[in-house]
Amino acid sequence: MSSTPNPVWSNRAIKWVDRRMPIFTLMYNELVVYPAPRNLNYWWNFGSLAGIALVILIFSGIFLAMYYVPHEDMAFASIERIMRDVNYGWLIRFIHMNTVSLFFLCVYIHIFRGMYYGSYKAPRELLWGIGVIIYLVMVGTAFLGYVLPWGQMSFWAATVITSLVTPIPWVGEDLAIWLWGGFGVNNATLQRFFSLHYLFPMVIFALVFLHLWALHTTKSNNPLGVEVKKKADTLPFHPYYTMKDAFGLGVALIALAFFVFFAPNYFNHAINYVQADPMVTPEHIVPEWYFLPFYAILRAVPDKLGGVVLMFLSIAIWLALPWLDTSKVRSGRFRPLFKWFFWLLVIDFCILTWLGAMPAEGAYVTMGQWATAYYFAHFILILPLLGWFEKTKPVPESISAAVTAGHDKEAAA
Amino acid sequence: MSQAANPAGNDGGTTRRDFLLYASAGLGAVGTALAVWPFLDSMNPAKDVMALAVIEVDLSPIAVGQAITVTWRGKPVFVRHRTQDEIDQARSVSMSALKDPQPDEERAPRPEWLVQIGICTHLGCIPKGQKPSDPKGDYNGWFCVCHGSHYDTSGRIRKGPAPTNMVVPQYAFLDDTTIQIGEE
Repeated sequence: MSSTPNPVWSNRAIKWVDRRMPIFTLMYNELVVYPAPRNLNYWWNFGSLAGIALVILIFSGIFLAMYYVPHEDMAFASIERIMRDVNYGWLIRFIHMNTVSLFFLCVYIHIFRGMYYGSYKAPRELLWGIGVIIYLVMVGTAFLGYVLPWGQMSFWAATVITSLVTPIPWVGEDLAIWLWGGFGVNNATLQRFFSLHYLFPMVIFALVFLHLWALHTTKSNNPLGVEVKKKADTLPFHPYYTMKDAFGLGVALIALAFFVFFAPNYFNHAINYVQADPMVTPEHIVPEWYFLPFYAILRAVPDKLGGVVLMFLSIAIWLALPWLDTSKVRSGRFRPLFKWFFWLLVIDFCILTWLGAMPAEGAYVTMGQWATAYYFAHFILILPLLGWFEKTKPVPESISAAVTAGHDKEAAA
Repeated sequence: MSQAANPAGNDGGTTRRDFLLYASAGLGAVGTALAVWPFLDSMNPAKDVMALAVIEVDLSPIAVGQAITVTWRGKPVFVRHRTQDEIDQARSVSMSALKDPQPDEERAPRPEWLVQIGICTHLGCIPKGQKPSDPKGDYNGWFCVCHGSHYDTSGRIRKGPAPTNMVVPQYAFLDDTTIQIGEE
């Protein structure tokens, strides 16, 4: 493994600071010469993209908070004021709304990339686990934020989601009242949601640094799943991956700009432009697209407590993934059977997404139950068994070997 | 450091120093817990919210077969003037057919009046069924469109994910056409 000597700073100001707090040396080691595997493909772009989405969200959110009023009588109107009267308010709000979708898309791709290439396997279990926790906090933050405009969907999403705690034995009802600060979703609920919606992104930001710390300790996984063994296996992060990430960022920003300028409400629900009414439940309560698979799992179970437990387990099970997958081979590239099951899981996840948006009746319920059963079967049956029965393909001895001499090997595979 | 520096050192056994350490750590933990409680409790409903909300409802304008929705503690309360058919349906069901067995006599002491909190016990949506044009579900009562819970003419859960019947609030008849919802 390469360990480059610490840089010698010629600029006297930098030198003065670095002698007292080596922040420039740290950035040089982690962002410039950081030895990244030389074979990272474009699926490795989505981690840094998600990070940039987080920064865009925090930045735009700070400006929205300058005009938003967290009060049941004024919240809805203050959003409309941002849209109509505040200079570029519409732009800032549409950026904030649509970047959430970009953030979740990047994170889902990032998670499934980790699943395909076995990025959760030793010694990266903690790196993976911190990532799962980041995802959980993201889910909470997105939910809290969705309540703030105080439209019909905001109010009823808040009601349904906070009611998830009510089936908890003995304390459920009191817990709900504590969350609400009243006997139902009310002004106190809105104000605490605003407070927490401002706090959680800072928590995510801190967790991202833990995620990066773990990443830079274990180093990046790569499409071959073979550990870096020598200097020839790596490239310095800058300029190779700064450029590759920048290109991906450009593509992502074009897509984001398309939605911001041409379809800003594509991911929104029209009924959320009707002010919250505690006396009228909308016909169909549908969560945002990024929650749909888990919503489908919630609705698949005909028992209230069971549905809630299964929904949380469907995410929590990711934490156990490093121990459920018994295969010694990391990358899906060398696992002929796993490859199929991986794509079946992706399809299953997409079916759940679709079902989450459908009404909870008839064939949709049955399909939801099968799709939920398969989702869990993948993690607790298929993955542990595959490790024992699957005959894996030979793994290249090193990254550079696969790159240089491996062209014919790749072609034969 | 450590053992050699411990003046009470009696090779690894429990010492007065250990006791002091555990006692201070324990006291610190209790103190922290006590300090956290006011913050947690501040999130519970405030006193003005808790102030007893009691309302009176005039039943005289509600004709047989009609229903009204009133607001009590920020929640919808369904008041239904049931028809004889609806009462018969509610009273002829055998207890074994119910998910949350409760006789209609208990839910509606005066059979023509059914008073209940109009919130689905699943996840808090307001079921349809108050207006004549609403879907009433498979049991002619209420239907929650959120996740498909069906309630009968007594507001009891019959089908779907909701675990319990719709809640009957504490209420009393002040006279034949007036009820008071809430305590006292």
